[in-house]
Amino acid sequence: MIETLHIMFSYTFIVRALIVGLLVSLCAALLGVSLVLKRYSMIGDGLSHVGFGAIAIATAFNWAPMEFTIPVVILAAFLLLRISENSNIKGDSAIAMISTGALAIGILAASMTTGMNTDINSYLFGSILAMSISDVVMSVVLSLVVLLLFILFYNKIFAVTFDETFAKATGIMANIYNMLIAFLTAITIVLGMRMMGALLISSLIIFPALSAMRVCKRFKTVVITSAIISVICFLIGLITSYFLSTPTGATVVVLNIVVFVLLTVIGKIK
Amino acid sequence: MSLIKCTDVNLSYDGLRVAENLTFEINSGDYYSIIGRNGSGKSTLLKALLKLKQPDSGNIEYCDGFCQSDIGYLAQQTSVQKDFPASVSEVVISGCLKSNGFKPFFSKNDKRLAEEKMTLLGIDNIKDKCFRELSGGQQQRVLLARAMCAAKKMLFLDEPVTGLDPVVTTEFFNIINKMHDDGITIVIVSHDIHCAVKYSNRILHMDNEIAFDGTAREYVNSKVGRDFIGGHRHD
Repeated sequence: MIETLHIMFSYTFIVRALIVGLLVSLCAALLGVSLVLKRYSMIGDGLSHVGFGAIAIATAFNWAPMEFTIPVVILAAFLLLRISENSNIKGDSAIAMISTGALAIGILAASMTTGMNTDINSYLFGSILAMSISDVVMSVVLSLVVLLLFILFYNKIFAVTFDETFAKATGIMANIYNMLIAFLTAITIVLGMRMMGALLISSLIIFPALSAMRVCKRFKTVVITSAIISVICFLIGLITSYFLSTPTGATVVVLNIVVFVLLTVIGKIK
Repeated sequence: MSLIKCTDVNLSYDGLRVAENLTFEINSGDYYSIIGRNGSGKSTLLKALLKLKQPDSGNIEYCDGFCQSDIGYLAQQTSVQKDFPASVSEVVISGCLKSNGFKPFFSKNDKRLAEEKMTLLGIDNIKDKCFRELSGGQQQRVLLARAMCAAKKMLFLDEPVTGLDPVVTTEFFNIINKMHDDGITIVIVSHDIHCAVKYSNRILHMDNEIAFDGTAREYVNSKVGRDFIGGHRHD
């Protein structure tokens, strides 16, 4: 067992996936608590679809994938935020429209370039082979930025998540912090998307937060528990997927489901 | 010294005009009650005073260095969801956040202030409890403690005693009176005219425009006041 693990981590692509995966899981779990509580889970899902569209276009035109995708998804995040705050338009259907629209454009762009079929598959469901060394460096830097901003603005994020009206009335610029949350989410999603898959990345945001909320009653413990759950699920998921030759993204999500069910039962018994 | 000046303010709610030609001032040290029947525009006015809502026209001005971070606010219905995991102490201390300055963490002073307010409101024994598991009265106290932490100069209350029993209501007003004595300006929206007359020193009666603005004593003797008080007593 130890021997096999040793061999497993002697592969460069596994080590890269491990580094990026752990950092992305951590960021996603922290942001997820706020997103779930603000009823913004769908934004995460919408962004991953926009990310898929952008990355497919970038590949079709031979542009640098991350450098193109990150700004596009950040713009989409602000747009989705505006839509869900504006009660005149039905927020959820607008998000569904944008996300399926982006998906369609992505598929068109991908299919117009030849030999893209395997790539579409790996964009949608993730591929552990996707990370180049420059991607890893970029992921590490950006995840650290996300973590740092989250810690520095933790108290304000709590305030706008718990009661936005009160925050606004007492002079906290709630809109700025909402945009900060959307901005950090966009970066996290793009970073995690290629490994986890565009269709699966939002589960990293939603599951750990929901699992932690089954058993914890303080905001701080929810955030910390969510981070721990997410990191552990990723680690075990990565190892399991190596042993069973299963896709990493899907394995991690299934583990998250198991944890969610377990903690729901524990929460009920308590 | 006036802290807030309203000049010719017109307000609407959902596209419907609810209040017109509002001109008045809130002065430092006031205990100001905004009263009126349902739909008279008083809650909308409060939102405008808090800058949560833009007036259609007219001007709401904060004066003499008064700013939003001096405000504490207890809303009529908090938009907090039923499943939000947060402890009492986390909620209370979030009132200490100030918008100005880049200060990521709470200071010793903030923590002391939060402790002090929790003790004052008798919720220090439940400070590690989950907010969502408290009774309505307890939740109201927690939110008042948070508002008190935020209120440097002025406290806004929107129908604060709706749904509270008479004993708790009296206790509640004692705490508000104490804050007023300590120099905090109080602005309270209420349809409980008796409490307004009893506790406040100025009354603004809204009826989609200003029907009365003056001291509580003047109000009791005015025609508007007599009609409204009489109508409420059913005698």
